[in-house]
Amino acid sequence: MSATILGQKVAALPRKQPRDFAGGAFTALSGAAAALIVLMTAVIIGDVVLHGWQTVTWEFLSGVPREGMTKGGIWPAIYGSVLLVVLMTVALVPFGVGAAIYLNEYANPDAPFTRIVRFAVHNLAGVPSIVFGLFGLGFFVQFVGVQMDRALGLDVTWGQPALIWASLTLALLNLPVVIVTTEEALRAVPREMREASLALGATRWQTIRNVLLPQAMPGILTGAILSVSRGAGEVAPILFTGAAYFLPYLPTSPTDQFMELGYHVFVLATQSPDVDATKPLLYGTVLVLLLLTLLLNLTAMLLRARLRANLAGRS
Amino acid sequence: MVTDVPTIRTRVAEVPPQDPAAPAVPPTPAHLIAEDFHLFYGTNEALKGVSLEIPARTVTAIIGPSGCGKSTLLRSFNRMNDLIPNVRMTGRLRLTDLDVLARSTDVVDLRRRVGMVFQRPNPFPKSIFENVVFGLRLLGVKDRGELEVRAEDSLRRAALWDEVKDRLDHSAMALSGGQQQRLCIARSMAIEPEVLLMDEPASALDPTATARVEELILDLKSRYTIVVVTHNMQQAARVSDRTAFMLQGELIEYGDTRQLFTSPHKRLTEDYITGRFG
Repeated sequence: MSATILGQKVAALPRKQPRDFAGGAFTALSGAAAALIVLMTAVIIGDVVLHGWQTVTWEFLSGVPREGMTKGGIWPAIYGSVLLVVLMTVALVPFGVGAAIYLNEYANPDAPFTRIVRFAVHNLAGVPSIVFGLFGLGFFVQFVGVQMDRALGLDVTWGQPALIWASLTLALLNLPVVIVTTEEALRAVPREMREASLALGATRWQTIRNVLLPQAMPGILTGAILSVSRGAGEVAPILFTGAAYFLPYLPTSPTDQFMELGYHVFVLATQSPDVDATKPLLYGTVLVLLLLTLLLNLTAMLLRARLRANLAGRS
Repeated sequence: MVTDVPTIRTRVAEVPPQDPAAPAVPPTPAHLIAEDFHLFYGTNEALKGVSLEIPARTVTAIIGPSGCGKSTLLRSFNRMNDLIPNVRMTGRLRLTDLDVLARSTDVVDLRRRVGMVFQRPNPFPKSIFENVVFGLRLLGVKDRGELEVRAEDSLRRAALWDEVKDRLDHSAMALSGGQQQRLCIARSMAIEPEVLLMDEPASALDPTATARVEELILDLKSRYTIVVVTHNMQQAARVSDRTAFMLQGELIEYGDTRQLFTSPHKRLTEDYITGRFG
């Protein structure tokens, strides 16, 4: 069969689309990849729950480690983790959101300074977390802390690994996450909203306060909680800056050291004098850490869904 | 800039909370003047020396094909184009006595005097009430009673009150497109501007909602100087007293609406309104 188009002889087009084998294969492959992720998550969670659920009792949650960590509970580690994450958030969110507002709303996007800041933010995101740990030790503990002690005429108080320095190091690590998610959230606010506000005689700051931030809040919150749940599991940045192997007391001051769940897992896994006796504790601790992270993520999702519904008028 | 702000504050304070049924004191009549106004986006000259005078308390329509610069001209009067990088303007724009383009002009104050309604309804994702009083809150009005009176007054003037009076605390996003647009008009009017700029205010609405917005424009003429950009010539003919026809950044013809539509002076105008291009 043939046809003539523009005086040229061409083969007639087939009546039917040829079978799309490549498409079928790709669908199967990508489906398998997705299934693999679900499978791996299920295996990890299943294994931890299966081995850990019997350990997680009220005594375990509220007790302190005993007998070289072969017995007892993890309360100091839970307490320390929560404190760490709260302090980190207090330092991180205002600073990160402020930086994002500056970059997105005030800075001239083509100015060299803006470019440098953006470049720094993106590179900060790529720095390995252990490097942050070393930086925290060198900058916060040995420089800021030591200078503070000297200025205040104190004995070693601030110039040692402490809760506050660990929190700040962790905040620094998560700064790019918060900046980038906040910037994205601000950029996602429709231009019409800005125009509506400015046309009503709002200043730039009033527009940010009353229109942009409320609408960007779900996105900002996502970033904040993502970094919180990430912060709850990071060990490297706090290793040199404040986490303690074992503490018989709970931290009461920002200059105290503290125990932390992630670090406690590491300690249990590698430093135990009796591996078999520690194993159930290890599983229990991992389960608690997982549950804590899961809970944070869940809170984030619920909060975001509610804020979105409010914005869309489905309150 | 510093001297202008207190004037505004005093003016608002002087206006007493009014009975919405009683005729409110109309704002000062204001007129707009453009003199040899040029606007460049980078090197592209979007407006090529526009001169026109828009009298107080009239409706002026700006018509012309897409890209002729009609929206750009409209958005110059409240300096909305400032938001776009690399915009350069020369010539003069005046709001009665105020030099719109002067460096010393406070844009915040200017935009308070020159309200704007956009092409797509853009209510904030807040309650209906909070939308209407948004500008009032910016001016520092805190008294709940005063906010409520002014909100009702604006909503009545926007012919929306009866439809929303029982659900002022509901989200504005739940309103229909036409209601949203009238809400945006109410929101602009709440701060008692002198001029209302409308950028194709009905182009995103269905015919019924369009008719309501057009009625509203006619109602509002006694209080405000209104400039409507539209690509709908029937609409221009229905609502406006004067019409400006623009083409490729130039003002081709400007005059009495009836005269412009029935016996235009320029050939280009005639070709456009008879549908030969556009």
